[in-house]
Amino acid sequence: MVAKQDGSARLLKLLSTGEQDLAAQWITQVSAGLAGRISRAELDRELNELFTALVEALRAGGQDAHGEELSELRALLTELSRNRARQGFTPSETALSVFALKHVLEPVLEGGTKDDVLAYLRLSRLLDDLGLFTIETYTRAREEIIAAQADQLLELSTPVVKLWDGVIAVPLVGTLDSARTQVVMEKLLQALVDTGSEQAIIDITGVPAVDTQVAQHLLKTIVAARLMGAECTVSGIRPQIAQTIVALGIEFGDIVTKASLADALQLALKKAGVEMISPAGGRR
Amino acid sequence: MPIVANDDVVRVRRLARELAQRCKLSLVDQTKFITAASELARNTLVYGGGGVVRVGLVRGNGRLGALAVFEDSGPGIPDIDLALTDGWTSGGGLGLGLSGARRLVDEFALDTEVGRGTTVTLVKWAR
Ligand SMILES: Nc1ncnc2c1ncn2[C@@H]1O[C@H](COP(=O)(O)OP(=O)(O)OP(=O)(O)O)[C@@H](O)[C@H]1O
Ligand SMILES: [Mg+2]
Repeated sequence: MVAKQDGSARLLKLLSTGEQDLAAQWITQVSAGLAGRISRAELDRELNELFTALVEALRAGGQDAHGEELSELRALLTELSRNRARQGFTPSETALSVFALKHVLEPVLEGGTKDDVLAYLRLSRLLDDLGLFTIETYTRAREEIIAAQADQLLELSTPVVKLWDGVIAVPLVGTLDSARTQVVMEKLLQALVDTGSEQAIIDITGVPAVDTQVAQHLLKTIVAARLMGAECTVSGIRPQIAQTIVALGIEFGDIVTKASLADALQLALKKAGVEMISPAGGRR
Repeated sequence: MPIVANDDVVRVRRLARELAQRCKLSLVDQTKFITAASELARNTLVYGGGGVVRVGLVRGNGRLGALAVFEDSGPGIPDIDLALTDGWTSGGGLGLGLSGARRLVDEFALDTEVGRGTTVTLVKWAR
């Protein structure tokens, strides 16, 4: 414990020596690296807080990047990394905020005592760990952002369109995972109710692969639609998909399939057309 | 690459596609290989409790092939013949994943032991 305190004290001394203001130099370096894409005032605030937290942590005897004493510093770094990720900075630009402090301290290596050099090495190891910490946090934040965007896309990329009075269509595009298929199918059933349609076309031209799960979702939706009194047509089954479905052993039973969306629409219109011309001569 | 979540199944499909394209499989064979990989990825996740997949190119008889090996250390399959029967499922599936995947590829090896886990190897050769 004594040795630890002693070690930290030396690191602390390192940070408080230096003729010019270390923190100011540090901010200048980081600012140059970020090429003005972040305001000087914001950077000033961020890095001054970090610097204070680092000094505090060392004063408390902290030397381990994952230790209790550095929890405040880690919280600040987490915020910084998340902000950088959100603002579109690269991981290097994010970690630079930490690593630049090493550069600023480098002059101590020339002309410093042996103890200074040792202290520098120890501090630089700590800063390395903290730099890695920012990269990890940054990565996690990026992943969250991407996942959130994927969710949005999920909603956006599954439009149910009304093609004609009584005919709706849902063009499926891209890879269908379980979650997405679920969303599409729920939307389709809801749209049947909302528009009072009796014909639905599920177009799978844009789907690269149909496996048993996708097929099962399709089949279930079609059965559910039937229960609601609506008829589904599946269109856009490309040759490679057709062959794969057959080899898998999936049976579409009496489900109507059409080569193209246009064909399916024609069929649906024909069915709807019969209904449209009522004996009274008016549109229903 | 690990298979531990639903997203991973999508990733496996993407990986299988890249491999199939590198292998210059025909469009039909690409789709078959991707679909088979998708089935096994989901079985690994759902029944194997997660696992890993390794993919790569193989060469045999002067042809290139796309290889995928799915491995889990889940409960294993007690009755292989039953599991490979069309329409048999212990869950709520169509029961066509395993048997269908076998028809979709050129080489299919199922190695399983109750209590130890399951390994399935797929190869699709370029023509
Ligand atoms: N990795 C595995 N570990 C343990 N059991 C498995 C594994 N893979 C398949 N099984 C068993 O084999 C059965 C058949 O698998 P198969 O993939 O053919 O059908 P399924 O997954 O139930 O339905 P789906 O048609 O949607 O794939 C499963 O229901 C399961 O009991
Ligand atoms: Mg399956």
